[in-house]
Amino acid sequence: MSSTALLAVAASTNSDQQSYLLQARQMQAMSFIVHIPLVCFGMVFPTLLLYCESLWLRTGDPLYRNLALRWTRVMIALFAVGVITGTILSFEMGLLWPNFTATFGSVFGLGFAIEGTSFFLEAIFIGIYAYGWTRLSPRAHFLSGIPIAITGVTGSFMVIAVNAWMNHPSGFTLTGGQVTSSHPWRALFANRYVWHEFVHMYLAAFMVTGFLVAACYAISWLRGSRSRHHRTALAIPLTAAAVAAPLQVLVGDWAARDIARTQPVKLAAVEGLGQTMSGAPVHLLGWYTDGRVEYGVELPHVLSLLASHDYNATVRGLNSFPAEDLPPVNIVRISFQTMVGIGSALALLAVVCLYMQLRHRRLPDAKLFYLAVAVAGPLSVIALIAGWTTTEVGRQPWVVYGVMRTSEAVTAAGIIPVSYAALALVYLGVLVALAWILRRFATTPLPDEDSPIQLPVTAPSSP
Amino acid sequence: MILDYIPAALALIGLAIYTVLAGADFGAGAWQLTAGRGEAGRRIRDHAYHAIAPVWEANHVWLIFVITVMWTAYPAAFASIASTCSIPLVIAGLGIIFRGAAYALHTATRENEGEAVDMAFSISSVLTPFALGSIVGAIASGRIPLGNAAGNLVTSWLNPTSILSGVLAVLVGLFLSAIYLSADAMRPADLSLQRAFRIRALLAGGVTGVVAVLGLFVVRQDSRLLFDELTSGGGLVAVIASVIAGVASLILVAAYQFAVARVSAAVAASCLILGWAIAQSPQFLPGLTVEQAAAPRTTLIAVLIAVLASVVLIAPSLGLLFTLTLRGRLEDGDETPADRRWPPRHTAAGRHRVTYLSAAAACLVLTVGFLSLGEAGWQHVIGVAALVCCAVLTFRQIAPGSPPAGTTAEGD
Repeated sequence: MSSTALLAVAASTNSDQQSYLLQARQMQAMSFIVHIPLVCFGMVFPTLLLYCESLWLRTGDPLYRNLALRWTRVMIALFAVGVITGTILSFEMGLLWPNFTATFGSVFGLGFAIEGTSFFLEAIFIGIYAYGWTRLSPRAHFLSGIPIAITGVTGSFMVIAVNAWMNHPSGFTLTGGQVTSSHPWRALFANRYVWHEFVHMYLAAFMVTGFLVAACYAISWLRGSRSRHHRTALAIPLTAAAVAAPLQVLVGDWAARDIARTQPVKLAAVEGLGQTMSGAPVHLLGWYTDGRVEYGVELPHVLSLLASHDYNATVRGLNSFPAEDLPPVNIVRISFQTMVGIGSALALLAVVCLYMQLRHRRLPDAKLFYLAVAVAGPLSVIALIAGWTTTEVGRQPWVVYGVMRTSEAVTAAGIIPVSYAALALVYLGVLVALAWILRRFATTPLPDEDSPIQLPVTAPSSP
Repeated sequence: MILDYIPAALALIGLAIYTVLAGADFGAGAWQLTAGRGEAGRRIRDHAYHAIAPVWEANHVWLIFVITVMWTAYPAAFASIASTCSIPLVIAGLGIIFRGAAYALHTATRENEGEAVDMAFSISSVLTPFALGSIVGAIASGRIPLGNAAGNLVTSWLNPTSILSGVLAVLVGLFLSAIYLSADAMRPADLSLQRAFRIRALLAGGVTGVVAVLGLFVVRQDSRLLFDELTSGGGLVAVIASVIAGVASLILVAAYQFAVARVSAAVAASCLILGWAIAQSPQFLPGLTVEQAAAPRTTLIAVLIAVLASVVLIAPSLGLLFTLTLRGRLEDGDETPADRRWPPRHTAAGRHRVTYLSAAAACLVLTVGFLSLGEAGWQHVIGVAALVCCAVLTFRQIAPGSPPAGTTAEGD
């Protein structure tokens, strides 16, 4: 029980730390931005892949087998990159935020330990699945994919449980800056905040994965590749995203009400509501300054409706909180509006898509539709990152909401700026490499429909 | 209290397994540096790559296991280590990125491509174990005081003991992987490969032994306390066991008994880690015992439960993976006939499209009713369940392959 000593050291070097608190936060943010889209693929892509494989097993149509094989290669490449970017995140817990980990590791650490198990199983079964295409019976191979789909979801659930705890902490007693009793199970799983966050993220994963994969095939469509393979490969992820996108609106509304209850300051920042008022409005666009939103389009009463489904409900304004407890309002506000704006546009596109499929059992023929799908892919990633920015920057200046400030958590090691620059360079290289890999996959000619299975992982020569 | 030590023991077991398994993966990567050019060199590189490709992710996870157990069970000690050793941690992190990216790139490269990738892969395979090993040296020689980056950022891990432990980490990996790769090249066509790796194993094993023995003198000079503990009591027993196992594995390699040699070398490496643990116990960091560093009891019990549950889930899965990869290496290239499939099962779903879509619509109404208008937790549970049903029902009706099979999204 010695974290007090650690905190004492932290206090003594506080002024040094402040100078690179921002770099540490940016380094963490960058690491998340690279990792989170990969998480979406980990949560959802195996499910789409297994759907494809199940179609092959049921119909015997080699088209589905070839598609599943191709997607297996994509899954392996993305998982490999996800493994390393995830490892970096775990390093950063100690590297960037030692006082956070030192003080609260005993409370939230369990979540990551379970996530580690999940990740372990995922790695094992991805190995079995990828290398088992020619070594397992079709049924056994299909079954070996199911744990991948499950562990991708449980792993991210654990991480989200930790994030939910940071936003809405409970399950410990703090005496003199140190945790004297800890109830990790309760802290992580008896926390109401986790549920909306998880469901919101799960649907977001379907949107990001679905729209992004569909976008690749939409670009092919626009370039003239319109074979049955391409159309099927476009339709499966697009349908998944199109089903998720409108439902996401309902989940987003649920999230907003939970945040209004647990983090009123975040809600006020999301809108830039300076004064406490009843029948609070929402402003579209605009800029928050001096306690009000300038140049925005006012939608009266909408914030009250969002926060508690009551036209005239009172919403706390930013002025009712101490100035040192406020997040950077404009970042939160603009991120939120970006997420909601893109989300609404994607939901609209999804409705068009769903209508065509329900009514005419096909996708539209219009070039404009495929252009829209091609744009929807990158937009969904932007919305994802904007959403996480809203919740994470909206939690500032706290790392553990209301308990520990981010400035108290940061490391005193002075190599952060150098590490940040190095990591940024390396990640840039990784992204270029990833783009090259996916491009190479896309340009590899399709095998004959009846050709024997080529292992998804190429053997450069016969061993 | 014994409970305080259990997570440390688990972390040490994890570290030993990581050293043996991932260490060998790193070693295989490093051997690619020595492969040389031309056809023979390429075969060596390919052999090293293919032997580890299916297992490296699973092996890598042991590091995550060690880290998460550490920060949950000994948070203050973990934070002190990670912040003081931030430089080697960053180096190890960058090395891990290069390695993972190289594996990812390998999934897309064709024959004779990716030499630069192999080079980055090999260099990071040396840097990463060295950096991680140097952190062990920093802890062992008592250079990490309790506190946020309280130790010296450079000399804490660049000192005789740390350099020794870093070099040993690299060498042990080289030794293990050379044995593994020799064992793996048992087919008649691979004889030249087996020769190549057997020589490498003997070489690496010999060098490891010499460095380890000379290292004892380095430790004596640099960290007298550690030396005394290593050369007395339980520490001495572990060191002697390590030496015996190491020598035995060299003899076994010379006698072409690669499978047993692997076990023996793994024991040698594990005993080295055990010796360090015994030498250091009960001190964790200077002035901080394991008991003082331990998290509250409830957390320790939670970690224990989580680890036990993990073992139950992971052990059989891991067994399956290793069985398949070991067996599969021997019988490459058999194909699964395309007609071995599940019997087509055209359910009644196709004929009841309207019914299913109505059910989806009903679920949507339930979602709005319970999730959007409800406030209580149980209402949200029903709402989310309805939402999932709505999504699945809709997807099944409109996605390609929805019954009747293959009529969606197809003009022809």
